[in-house]
Amino acid sequence: MSPVDTQAQPSQPVKLRPGNIQLDPQGKLRHFLAIEGLPKAVLTKILDAAESFTTAHEHREKKIELLKGHTIANLFFEPSTRTRTTFELAAKRLSADVLNINISASSSSKGETLLDMLRNLEAMHVDMFVVRHGSSGAAHFIAKNVPPHVSVLNAGDGSHEHPTQAMLDMFTIRQHKPDFPSLRVAIVGDIMHSRVARSQIHALNTLGVGELRVIAPQTLLPAGIEKMGVQVYQNIDEGIKDVDVIIMLRLQRERMHSAFIPSEHEYFSLYGMTETRLALAKPDVIIMHPGPINRGVEMDSAVADGSHSVILQQVSNGIAVRMAAMALAMRNPDGSSAS
Amino acid sequence: MSNINKINRIHIKDGHLIDPANGIDEVIDIWIADGKVQAVGTAPDGFTADQIINAEQQIVCPGLIDLSARLREPGHEHKATIASETTAAASAGITSLVCPPDTKPVIDSPAIVELMHNKARQVGQARLHMLGALTSGLKGELISEMLSLKNAGVLGMSNANQPVQNSQTLRHAFEYAATHDLTVFIRPNEPSLSKSGCVHEGSVASRLGLPGIPEAAETVAVARELELIAQTGVRAHFSQLSTARAAEMIGRARHDGLKITADVAVHHLYLSEIDIREYDSACHLIPPLRSQRDRDGLRDALKRGVINAICSDHQPHEPDAKQAPFPDTAPGLSGLDTLLPLVKRLADEKLLTLSEIIACVTSTPASILGLEQGQLSVGASADICIFDPNMSWFVSADTMNSRGHNTPFMGWEMHGRATNTLVNGQLVFTAIHD
Repeated sequence: MSPVDTQAQPSQPVKLRPGNIQLDPQGKLRHFLAIEGLPKAVLTKILDAAESFTTAHEHREKKIELLKGHTIANLFFEPSTRTRTTFELAAKRLSADVLNINISASSSSKGETLLDMLRNLEAMHVDMFVVRHGSSGAAHFIAKNVPPHVSVLNAGDGSHEHPTQAMLDMFTIRQHKPDFPSLRVAIVGDIMHSRVARSQIHALNTLGVGELRVIAPQTLLPAGIEKMGVQVYQNIDEGIKDVDVIIMLRLQRERMHSAFIPSEHEYFSLYGMTETRLALAKPDVIIMHPGPINRGVEMDSAVADGSHSVILQQVSNGIAVRMAAMALAMRNPDGSSAS
Repeated sequence: MSNINKINRIHIKDGHLIDPANGIDEVIDIWIADGKVQAVGTAPDGFTADQIINAEQQIVCPGLIDLSARLREPGHEHKATIASETTAAASAGITSLVCPPDTKPVIDSPAIVELMHNKARQVGQARLHMLGALTSGLKGELISEMLSLKNAGVLGMSNANQPVQNSQTLRHAFEYAATHDLTVFIRPNEPSLSKSGCVHEGSVASRLGLPGIPEAAETVAVARELELIAQTGVRAHFSQLSTARAAEMIGRARHDGLKITADVAVHHLYLSEIDIREYDSACHLIPPLRSQRDRDGLRDALKRGVINAICSDHQPHEPDAKQAPFPDTAPGLSGLDTLLPLVKRLADEKLLTLSEIIACVTSTPASILGLEQGQLSVGASADICIFDPNMSWFVSADTMNSRGHNTPFMGWEMHGRATNTLVNGQLVFTAIHD
């Protein structure tokens, strides 16, 4: 049986959303650009498919021939090793052909527009683009400009969204604490610049999490963040009180230079995760981080490597979740869903 | 068009004349000869018209004066030209355009002014006016040769979208402009706050992950400029306000006695950050579309006369300039084609009367610029817009005359369209009827 069961009906009927670029007329995943705008049933379907791939993996069926004959291009306009590698592995485990294209700033400054580049790649019969780009909205732009049989997966666009990262986080949370409505979750750190945080906020709210908190200094909180359905805390000790899940975000070093925070030392003393602080959360709290960790800035090594940490599970879940997203979004040459 | 035989004597018949400067708002005829208004209401003795324009059911008003329109020539002729955009202006009832100095090369020498005037004389369908660079090369370092520029014909000084960062330089530039009785045009922006932002800083920017431009980028600049205006006594005009708070500050300062005026781009009276939806690059504008509260505040400021004039802030682009991820696209919209119907719609929406709103695009900008146009007194230049207020049309690539089709109003239904446009008594545009 195919790990992605096309016959299984989602728990709730998927409502047709006219104009939703991410869904096809049947309400199936067409592009995976953002968590925002996707119904709960689609998110649940991705998680369920990922689970079936994890099971397959445990049974040592390393390769599944689901996407045999399909070509996936990893289009990375920003340097990335970890994310690109997991996308590549995911594609290969589904038997797809993979094309890795790293576009440095220099080649895009040769005058070739992004559209020209896409047309060229389409001519090579690429069926799916996995896109990482420094500009918010890049994945949407590409999705609006591809033919009906090509799908787009967003692997991170500017400060907008990083939906597969959020879904692997949801997957990891579900493995440990499957009842989302009963959960209290806190996201800590640079919310302003984080595409991961935006995707997580939408995913957690769509999956119906009980309470969602963001914890950050004012300088790292985007304007109007409370409208995204979160409670804002500036004091971490108050913010992590009795939470079930803590998600730490990575702090980019360049934030110091543009006066967002005074120093790593002061940031750590105010927002760093230590074992003492962790004791304020629920006794069975899990702690997550999208990686790579700045040890001693976002968290102590004792926490990163401690019993509450699920950080390495996040990494291995990343492959199954990306396999799920690829399998569900892939199109046949006639534009119909390939899954 | 320009090859129409010279017709010197025109009688505009049965039109509803709205001439705000003269308080006329009634069906009344107007007679034109030798480029001037010869008579209003009563035919001059022995007048024989070369042409009679039947303006029944139509509005006759002074030709529109657009306080900010980039024609892209010289420097960016792949986007548009003086010929293409003055033709588009004429077809939209606009008879005078004011071009900011950020052409390439910059309008900071009499030679460039002359070059553009010559070009406009050869191919222009509407009058082309210029603002000279406030600082040499718009670099904000040296003040420009303002007197030479004034003598060459610029109507005021501006640093366009490149704010003068050094306050002492700005102060000297204001003092120098005041000495030579020149108005300075200011598009307020504090660059350390706007930085690389491309949309209004607020919940939409946060949701889309787009770098924001805070309200304070405008208000901090307005505060500094107001202080320097007060100190130097320069006559100043604030261009394209985008925040309600900046309008409030300007209203208070004028109440306190400063010689200042302000305009708003018409799209800021209709659109807000919400219209960006999923990265619609047609809504990538600088200053950015602000909150709905700002939009309503700007409308209110216009109603109360705090904002005096309305412009198009026309910035045509070639299609490629808008075909990229949102932050990487070029900002600006093509606004000439939609200026008249959008302005008229403000009257339909009862924000102001039609006569009051027409003043915002005719007599008021004329007085800000020190032009004799913008009114139709006997003896005035016959720059006239005749439009059918009820003509319905849809904004599309086919209905737009500007070379740039970059507009967030694409697909909107408009009511009102120019049927005839006269510049200096010459018919430069006549709509082709079905």
